[in-house]
Amino acid sequence: MKEKLRSLWQKLFGDSMRAFGVVSLVFLASMAIAPAKNFFSEWRHYQHGYLSMIRNRSEANTLRRHFQGGIQQIWLPDLGVVDRCTSCHVGLKEPTLTDVAQQPYRKHPVIPHNLDQFGCTVCHRGQGAATTVAEAHSSTLAWEQPILPAKFVESSCGQCHRGSLPGTPQLNLGRNLLSRSGCVHCHAVKLPDGSTVKATDDPPSLSHIGDKTTRQWIYAWLKDPQAYAVTATMPNFKLSDADARDISAFLIANSAPVAGDSVTLSAKPSNDPTAGASLYGESFCASCHAVQNAAGNVVGGDVGPELTRIGSKVKPEWLQAWVRNPRVYDPPTGMPHYRFNDAQVATLTGFLLAKTDSDLLANVHLDAATPEQIAHGKRLVSDYGCASCHEIAGIKKPENFAPELSRIGSKPITQLIFLQGMQHTLPDYIAGKIKQPRAFAPGLKMPQYTFTPAQIDALTTALLSLNDRSYSLPPSLAVSAPPESDYQPAGKAGKLMTDLACFSCHRINGHGGDMAPDLTWEGSSVQREWLVQFFRNPGTLRPALIRRMPKFNLTDGEINELTDYIMTVYQSPSVDRDSMPVSGYAQGQIELGKQLYYGKYSCQGCHIVDTKTDKGYIGPTLTHVGSRLTAAWIYQWMKNPEALRPGTIEPNRAMSDEDARALTAFLISQKGGGQQEAAKK
Amino acid sequence: MNRLASGITLLSAALLAASCSRKSDSVALKPTAFGAAIVESSGGKQFGQTGTSLPQPVVVQVNDPQGGAVTGALVEFAAAPGVTFDPASALTDSSGQVSTNVALGGMAGRYQITASTLDKARKKVELKIEEIALGYQQTLGRRLNEQYCDRCHNAESTAERVSNYDNLEVKPHPFTEGDTLNKLSDADLTAIITYGGPALNKSALMPAWGNTLKKADVQALIAYIRAVSDPPSRSAGPVYAKN
Ligand code: HEC
Repeated sequence: MKEKLRSLWQKLFGDSMRAFGVVSLVFLASMAIAPAKNFFSEWRHYQHGYLSMIRNRSEANTLRRHFQGGIQQIWLPDLGVVDRCTSCHVGLKEPTLTDVAQQPYRKHPVIPHNLDQFGCTVCHRGQGAATTVAEAHSSTLAWEQPILPAKFVESSCGQCHRGSLPGTPQLNLGRNLLSRSGCVHCHAVKLPDGSTVKATDDPPSLSHIGDKTTRQWIYAWLKDPQAYAVTATMPNFKLSDADARDISAFLIANSAPVAGDSVTLSAKPSNDPTAGASLYGESFCASCHAVQNAAGNVVGGDVGPELTRIGSKVKPEWLQAWVRNPRVYDPPTGMPHYRFNDAQVATLTGFLLAKTDSDLLANVHLDAATPEQIAHGKRLVSDYGCASCHEIAGIKKPENFAPELSRIGSKPITQLIFLQGMQHTLPDYIAGKIKQPRAFAPGLKMPQYTFTPAQIDALTTALLSLNDRSYSLPPSLAVSAPPESDYQPAGKAGKLMTDLACFSCHRINGHGGDMAPDLTWEGSSVQREWLVQFFRNPGTLRPALIRRMPKFNLTDGEINELTDYIMTVYQSPSVDRDSMPVSGYAQGQIELGKQLYYGKYSCQGCHIVDTKTDKGYIGPTLTHVGSRLTAAWIYQWMKNPEALRPGTIEPNRAMSDEDARALTAFLISQKGGGQQEAAKK
Repeated sequence: MNRLASGITLLSAALLAASCSRKSDSVALKPTAFGAAIVESSGGKQFGQTGTSLPQPVVVQVNDPQGGAVTGALVEFAAAPGVTFDPASALTDSSGQVSTNVALGGMAGRYQITASTLDKARKKVELKIEEIALGYQQTLGRRLNEQYCDRCHNAESTAERVSNYDNLEVKPHPFTEGDTLNKLSDADLTAIITYGGPALNKSALMPAWGNTLKKADVQALIAYIRAVSDPPSRSAGPVYAKN
């Protein structure tokens, strides 16, 4: 062996001339490594692949003309983008390559942005400057980003777009959940514009909870909120029996009665299920409250709490006081003050109290609470941060109870602890934390939510959008959300509107719910007399709607107050209510309007003017429209409905003045006649 | 040189395969029974967004030769790379069924899912199910459809939206009805959506949306119509299947 080596050495370096030759050869070869690496590089391979792929296509010549070899790069200093992705993703901008299954050659799907303006990594993350697949896509070094899985890509839209977008349902849902599930009660989320994300759930105050319910119920609820109501947003804190016992002891001991609430029964709850069901229906309780039916489906709205087992929760006295006037117990509640009479209160409470579940409290046996238990319960309430969400007398709302999440979407992977078997990526970490928060270490306090996989993905998407880039992007790119409005109507009418909780369903000047029509310009839209009648007896304007305006038993004085206010204050600057008469149009014009109605514009597809022939019921019934709307409103509506009510589903037909006038004449002549009397009944 | 290039391809393919297979379940399930057929119970032909979980799980059932449910049969799901199943394999429950949550791949288009089980002779019995992934544009189109079009074009009512279909003198077509809609060119669709039924000599019950919707909105609606049509439209792009 040694011999052989020696003879080889002799052969190569035996004389100086030969030695020099060999060394130069080695040197040359090493010089060639760099260009060779370049020559055999991945991107070159993909570019070759592209050229042979397009060879068989009919538009090969065009594609070849567009093709540029070598490393390609999108450089956007403003965004900090150096993206070489187009070196391999060659066909990204070729409009004809939509049918290519083979990657990386397919055309980029249609998005509202231009690739040359935003590059790739702003949306997809990954290493833009890299020129190999592995480095570009799956780099996980401490300071580097791997590519974002497609299912979270909407998070990148959220870096600039702070409001909801029609094309990003997942991001919208995630942001909505972040507020609605109460995450932001504990986790602060600041946005680059300096605002903070606000919670939209409304956890009840616990300072008077003893009025409302029993310690047994609190115990059962704490152990498993979803056992009481499948739609409950309260998460499960996985409390031990002893901890639930002590917290319930503390809450009851800490509760002070509300004056005027919880009085003795003024009317005995009546046991008339038929009358109860029909009052529940007439009052449209189901617009806001859900009930789980026998088949297990939850039916009803999600504005107020689910009522499936309400009879096992509330004390009858409290329920009666609440139904009579919820504002006594909870002044800012979104529940309207219905002004039920005694008989109605008795019927409704009887109906609700019958909604019980004998299993719920069957196994709850609590001995009288000891002072130690109460003290321990108070400690637990502080430890678990209950006061982050609930007002609790004597306990301060903790500040920064949980880690701030303002830049969670950029958290370096080196700072994360992963569960076994978990992929080491940030999205997997975030999703894992939401899915099983307590699994990551012993003693963690974050409670267990009952999110579906789709909701977890949506939340993860929303959280990923909270990242460093959203702070470093040029502020000019930021598209802010429509500003929050805290509009409040003034005076006596304003008080009345709060009392009736109009804003739980209606929006006015940007404030309020979206269950019922926006009333910002209601005063320009309707005739005064109609409005008075409507308050007295809310009819069904839109047959296809399941949710309707409830009847509030208003007094004549209250109705006048409301009507005057609406008619004077809620006026649109673009509709002059008195500029067109509500009657006296020429018969010829009415006829022309009728022709347009049934012909050119075929309004009967969605509206009913003649109950005998028309069937459409997407839009409001128009049999009485002439005594409901003002002519000026109808005219402007014909010209451009969206200008009066943004987001309306009525198509904008951009009618000529002549058509609009004729249709106005026809519609304003629809006064209901004899049917009006019948409808009032 | 060519060989080197193909060597690199092979290598990267192997790397890719390795990184894909990392996630596969390590515990092998042992079937306790074998069926004769595998059928779909629910969850086919759903529309999901690219990369995201389908709204409903895919449920399949394994039957014996008499059509009775088989408990304990092994069902395995497979599809093009990028599609994930949770779980990817499972034993049928007491009603002979297996349910899996499916997340489609990152590209918009049709995905073919294969559910397979073994029969008594240990031969593979397969069932193919199709799902549709919507990209950004189609998702936008779907939203616009739900807001403006679905009430007339979809005969089914939901709790939130009562259908108007039965009230229309001239019946529109559901956008899934490929036999009709595939015959209309993109230009025709643009015309009827923008200018209403009369643009194609059809009923004025189809309103004109050109003043309500932007051009991009109309294109998004067309992309959606193309994506969901059944039979598939040619312009809906490739079908992603297991290869
Ligand atoms: C008021 C009910 C209604 C609404 C809302 C509506 N359509 Fe239609 N649409 C129709 C009717 C009716 C037809 C059939 C016309 C005919 O065959 O003469 C039709 C036909 C069509 C057609 C031709 C294919 C077919 O079904 O016959 C397309 C495409 C179409 N509509 C798209 C849309 C889109 C997109 C929207 C939403 C922006 C929409 N439509 C909203 C009623 C409606």
